[in-house]
Amino acid sequence: MVYSEKVIDHFANPRNVGEIENADGIGEVGNSKCGDIMKMYIKVEDNTIADVKFKTFGCGAAIATSSMATELIKGKTIDDALQLTNKAVMEALDGLPPVKVHCSVLAEEAIKAAVSDYYKKQGVDPEVIVG
Amino acid sequence: MREIYADNSATTKLSPVVLEKMLPYLTEVYGNPSSIYRIGGKAREALDQARENIAKNLGAQRANEIYFTSGGSESDNWAIKGVAHAMKKKGKTHIITSKFEHHAVLHTCEALEKEGFEITYLDVYENGLVKPEDVAAAIREDTALVSVMYANNEIGTIQPIPEIGKICRERGVIFHTDAVQAAGYVRINVEEQHIDLLSMTAHKLHGPKGCGLLYVRRGVPIETLIHGGAQERGRRAGTENVAGVIGLDAALELALDGMEERNKRLSSLRDRLMDELLKIERSRVNGDRVHRLPNNVNMCFEGIEGESLLLRLDMNGISASSGSACTSGSLDPSHVLLAIGLPHEIAHGSMRLSFSEETTDEDIDVIAAVVPEVVQYLRNMSPLWEDIKKNERKGQ
Repeated sequence: MVYSEKVIDHFANPRNVGEIENADGIGEVGNSKCGDIMKMYIKVEDNTIADVKFKTFGCGAAIATSSMATELIKGKTIDDALQLTNKAVMEALDGLPPVKVHCSVLAEEAIKAAVSDYYKKQGVDPEVIVG
Repeated sequence: MREIYADNSATTKLSPVVLEKMLPYLTEVYGNPSSIYRIGGKAREALDQARENIAKNLGAQRANEIYFTSGGSESDNWAIKGVAHAMKKKGKTHIITSKFEHHAVLHTCEALEKEGFEITYLDVYENGLVKPEDVAAAIREDTALVSVMYANNEIGTIQPIPEIGKICRERGVIFHTDAVQAAGYVRINVEEQHIDLLSMTAHKLHGPKGCGLLYVRRGVPIETLIHGGAQERGRRAGTENVAGVIGLDAALELALDGMEERNKRLSSLRDRLMDELLKIERSRVNGDRVHRLPNNVNMCFEGIEGESLLLRLDMNGISASSGSACTSGSLDPSHVLLAIGLPHEIAHGSMRLSFSEETTDEDIDVIAAVVPEVVQYLRNMSPLWEDIKKNERKGQ
């Protein structure tokens, strides 16, 4: 199994690692039994992802997809962030080995979970918007 | 950057001494040992000599009890399927093995289960050791074979093989051991230790890949696995890997030469490193510390995942391995770590280091400095570690 240079780069130097104090939305997906947990924090201003941070327990691909996903939604509108697919994350990383595709799915789900949490805090039912 | 190879249980670097002995059989003496002309005869002679010497080094009574194969997996497959199928004709269809065998044994047993054989998988307990009394208790009238590995490939625990062998001999049950990891680190004597079949491979002891052997005690019923030509006394077809066999013999000879002293030095490096790394909070050594290969360190660090740890170690010049799901290519972490009772989330954070005679004191210093840094780095970005610490605070 070989990772692309981009995956190795995002693993070696992950972008946006950490937490956001008083985050507007926090999403956590995965579980420790399977060996992957992603926790995503977002700060929302004017319907835009003003800041995003993550913490991940998982393999190289889990860390790299978290890092890339945060880069892809930073500064984007919430609607755009919700459009982000695991496929787009994978493409941005120049691909993932087949056994690691689920990591990119987790990254997509982490963003959706954080946005759902944001809507809940706003008193909006996220079901309708996020799905 | 200093490069430290610490994955010698995966494979080893070919020894220059071994290579030198092999080279003539890759160049001048290329003849087929089955051929009648001189260049074939020379190859045959070398093959016979190697067989003779290997038999002596394993404590076998006869050279013709050594059968050369392509390596450990083939030897395990042949031993288990070969004996199982031969014994089935005598109405014996029960096999005893342990929960943490190499997949070459476990998957072979699973395949036999589908054919109708019944398999008992022995517990290995928290220390990673099979209890001989469990073997005795599991033996039945219809038991065809007991197969227990000599030393575990992940956690390095050395099994009580002479005791298990004795029990099997007394009860008249055929006993196979996979000694792929033990050979060269443990004094093996198939006669004294009552071993009926033994698998071994060259590439774990600085020999070449693709060559191994199966020791089959005279009189043990075993069916052929590889059909074809009359090589290996008609029991294992295929033109002999002459250079490989020469390499296997040379590697075993080299490993046994000065083994006790090498083991002593390696054990002290191993123990020093384990003690050093145990200072990391929420870390643990997997498997018994005493009945253990001198070159094996296997530890878990809570809150992190093994593959990330390996990648970060690699960035620091250290080659290691892990039993995490991500490195095993499945969703579950290593069956060995689960067999010794580790919960999934802890088993995911495992690291195996395996040394060789080339490993130095300085290498251990570097590893002892790098691992805690990497563990800390990964824990700082781990939500699982955050939860562990939160629960700790709650508990206080």
